[in-house]
Amino acid sequence: MSAPSRMAGRTLLGPIVRGVSQAWAGWVAWAAVIVVVVAAPLFINKSFFLSLLCRIGLMTIFALSYNMLLGQTGLLSFGHAVYYGLGAFATMHVLNAVHGGIPITLLPLAGGAGALLFGVVFGYVTTRKAGTTFAMISLGLGEMVASSSLMFPHFFGGEGGISGNRVTGKGWFGINFGTQLQMYYLIAAWTAVCIAATWSLTQTPLGRMANAVRDNPERVEFVGYSPQWIRYLMVVLSGFFAGIAGGLTALQYEIVTAEVLSDYTSGIVILMAFVGGVGSFSGPIIGAVLITILQVAVASVTPAWPFYFGLFFLIMVLYAPGGIASIVAEHRAVWRAHLLSRLLPSYLLAALPVTLLVAGIIAMVEMAYATVNAVERGTAELHILGVPLDGAAALSWVEAAASIAAGLFLLSLAGKKVSQGWQDVSAVLRAVAVETGP
Amino acid sequence: MEFGLISLLNGVTYGLLLFMLSSGLTLIFSMMGILNFAHASFYMLGAYFAYQISALIGFWPALFLAPLLMGVVGALVERYGLRKAHKFGPVPELLFTFGLSFLVVEIVQLIWGKAVVDYRVPPSLSGTLFTLFSTSFPVYKGFMMMVSVGMLVALYVLLTRTRIGLIIQAALSRPDMAQALGHNVPRIFTLVFGGGAALAGLAGVIGGNAFVTEPGMAASVGPIVFVVVVVGGLGSLGGAFVASLLIGILQTFMVGFDYSLLDLARSLGIHLQSSPALMRLSVTQLAPIMPYALMVAILIFRPRGLMGARES
Amino acid sequence: MSTLALRLNGVCKKFGRATILQDVTLDIPAGERHCIIGPNGAGKSTLFNLISARLPTSAGQIELKGENVVGLPPLEINRRGLSRSFQITNIFPNLSVFDNVRCGVLWTLGYRYSFWHRLGKLRDARERTEQVLEQIGLSQRRDTLAGVLSYAEQRALEIGITIAGGADVILLDEPTSGMSRSESDDAVALIRRVTEGKTLVMVEHDMSVVFGLADRISVLVYGKILATGVPTVIRANPAVQEAYLGKSLSRA
Repeated sequence: MSAPSRMAGRTLLGPIVRGVSQAWAGWVAWAAVIVVVVAAPLFINKSFFLSLLCRIGLMTIFALSYNMLLGQTGLLSFGHAVYYGLGAFATMHVLNAVHGGIPITLLPLAGGAGALLFGVVFGYVTTRKAGTTFAMISLGLGEMVASSSLMFPHFFGGEGGISGNRVTGKGWFGINFGTQLQMYYLIAAWTAVCIAATWSLTQTPLGRMANAVRDNPERVEFVGYSPQWIRYLMVVLSGFFAGIAGGLTALQYEIVTAEVLSDYTSGIVILMAFVGGVGSFSGPIIGAVLITILQVAVASVTPAWPFYFGLFFLIMVLYAPGGIASIVAEHRAVWRAHLLSRLLPSYLLAALPVTLLVAGIIAMVEMAYATVNAVERGTAELHILGVPLDGAAALSWVEAAASIAAGLFLLSLAGKKVSQGWQDVSAVLRAVAVETGP
Repeated sequence: MEFGLISLLNGVTYGLLLFMLSSGLTLIFSMMGILNFAHASFYMLGAYFAYQISALIGFWPALFLAPLLMGVVGALVERYGLRKAHKFGPVPELLFTFGLSFLVVEIVQLIWGKAVVDYRVPPSLSGTLFTLFSTSFPVYKGFMMMVSVGMLVALYVLLTRTRIGLIIQAALSRPDMAQALGHNVPRIFTLVFGGGAALAGLAGVIGGNAFVTEPGMAASVGPIVFVVVVVGGLGSLGGAFVASLLIGILQTFMVGFDYSLLDLARSLGIHLQSSPALMRLSVTQLAPIMPYALMVAILIFRPRGLMGARES
Repeated sequence: MSTLALRLNGVCKKFGRATILQDVTLDIPAGERHCIIGPNGAGKSTLFNLISARLPTSAGQIELKGENVVGLPPLEINRRGLSRSFQITNIFPNLSVFDNVRCGVLWTLGYRYSFWHRLGKLRDARERTEQVLEQIGLSQRRDTLAGVLSYAEQRALEIGITIAGGADVILLDEPTSGMSRSESDDAVALIRRVTEGKTLVMVEHDMSVVFGLADRISVLVYGKILATGVPTVIRANPAVQEAYLGKSLSRA
């Protein structure tokens, strides 16, 4: 690690953006996804699952709109909730104002249009700068809008938010979106449209020049383009899609509160896009699905779930900055070269220390939580998978600490094996590439 | 008059506190080229450390130990986190500090709970320093000013008069050259990051009991510190100083100025039939968004910031 | 004087108190291949940066095809038909070779910021890109990420991006730097091919490249033009020989 390399790094995303090929296999996968989406309610027609699937759909659109900035244009925004949230409020106001004058099916467009308008205004300010400064300004603007929400209760509804009723009439053929099932198909359809639209956008001159701006904004100026204008257009368009996601959120929950504008909302979309992988188009979709499910699953067993999410995010940043999409892509390449067997033993070897480490961390976190809330809970004792622990007993803490220490130590040994395995495999892969190359 | 003077004093106190944060942020940014989004979290951790230490052995040891501890934590974060993230480029680096800021809030809640903790001004520093007309100015505010000015002077002396300060300055302007001269630049980075964290920790020690010590304190001050840095000009210590005071004073005045356009109209003898929401907003209510509005104005009219050198 | 591609008049560049370029005056007629030589630190790259507006000019006029372009941003100068390459390779590392070149083509073909055209259906852009790839010899590598190309290939791509838009005034900044003899010969042949019928201004250190390619040569020493003329005149100029690399000039 040398100082010059610390200061360098003109390509903002360097190793994150590693081409994940979008081959014909992609089309087959998409077709399968569509079949699953359409058929899903036949098998799990419980409102809990349906609303989870709905949330996945919304978040997919939101995450894709975010990645138009981070993955495609190299713009790191910490305030993307602004467009999502304002889209949600705009939709709710339109819903309450028109009383069915506009079909519900088209109402998310109101959110998109509202967010687009704000994008036209805010984007002008944020895209005056790029890089780190853009990140800071997006954070500042996000805070500004979030704190305005309490200042203008007429528009934002104050603490209680504003609510509405999406059922405005009998609808065509009885489709009035009164049931969760009808809402599910509406969201699924919009998600499909938005995936197709955001994908198409990557295949246009603007989309490609946005990639060029991400890679090397200076050079873009010397092929006749204005990087600032490209960034601006991308912010506005990304705001449009975030607004559609917000609009669907408003329709789905029939209430919009200031939380949609919060830094938490901005954080979760970063988490989804990054964990999924910003270097490929499908990465944010994977992230949206995974994080939304995890959110529900982990939150149902522990109130300390934000801690686990934060830790998970940091570990991904440090060890897998390409996200799940790039992990999958790398292993697919290894699989195709029939080399996976060289990696598996070291993976199995690493599994034990990882289990020890994770168990130790979970035990500590849960004990800490139980101890801090001992008064409300009445006790600092707890059970994790049948293992009794007591936050008030020193022994439990020693056990957890020992588990972490042992895990770390063994992992450092197993880690060497894993990286050794990867070095072997990538050496072979490179040799193959040279042989079969041009 | 009374309102003006007291607000000015309070504003300067707040502004100096902001500068304790923005100076560390600026130093780290100019040196390492990264913006530490977890800087305000270090401020919060400093306050909690001080709370814990003063509960055990008193405020005065905490005044020294908490920043020290924060410095060690900062150095560890740089050595084992940031340096790793750096290899992947600026975005993972920024995301690392961003993720860290979320995690610190959770850690604080795990250890100290979600409620406000009872971190108080020590008895030896409570009381009134002087009374201006009818408003009293507390001793502790005077103490805060003294500590922050003292820190400023110490920082200035350190950067301009000592060997390590000169190396830091050299590394600030030309890291490659400093390394070529045989200085261990990565270690200096760790030192600077730890030092910046310690400064934030110190701000937490004296700010935590003047305001409140709670898990939301980082989120409430963090964005404002970024605004200070943007308004002052990225990478400029002087700019950060001016912007800190400006925002500190402006915001303090606005909080105390509970008048709206409607009141203005009324005092001018104009009676309006209807009063739109915008007219009824008081200056006090506008105070929270003032820093951001200022930032937007600066970006439009003077993108370099007040005293910034670099244009980007 | 409408046949002048580029006209510099009294161009100066100061960084603080240091004067890098002083009163540079130079006329380059359309269609000429003009090389700028001079020792390191003479200000050659700075001159290119002024012409292409990468840096602001301190004083003087720069006319591109008769129009004063001082004060215009780089993209405006590019749109007026001047394109430049960089001494340090300046490409789009995470895009394919094909996309790199296509980025250089899109503006001139009028697609601007379109998000309603599909790239795959733009036949003119594809054909022009393929033609450039053919010219720079990278057709076989079209789907490779630019960042993983070999050094010489990246230099060729650098030239490819520069000429792709069809600009009629081309500025090349040390296109053969860091190349072996044979690579450099290939590069010269490439430059000859792609600048056919265009105005070429080139900074170059390799004297065999310079004397093989240039119609006229300017010698820049300490920020001033010492001499301008056809190669034989420059070679014979005693002041040039004295000031700059006499031996290598006569050997070349």
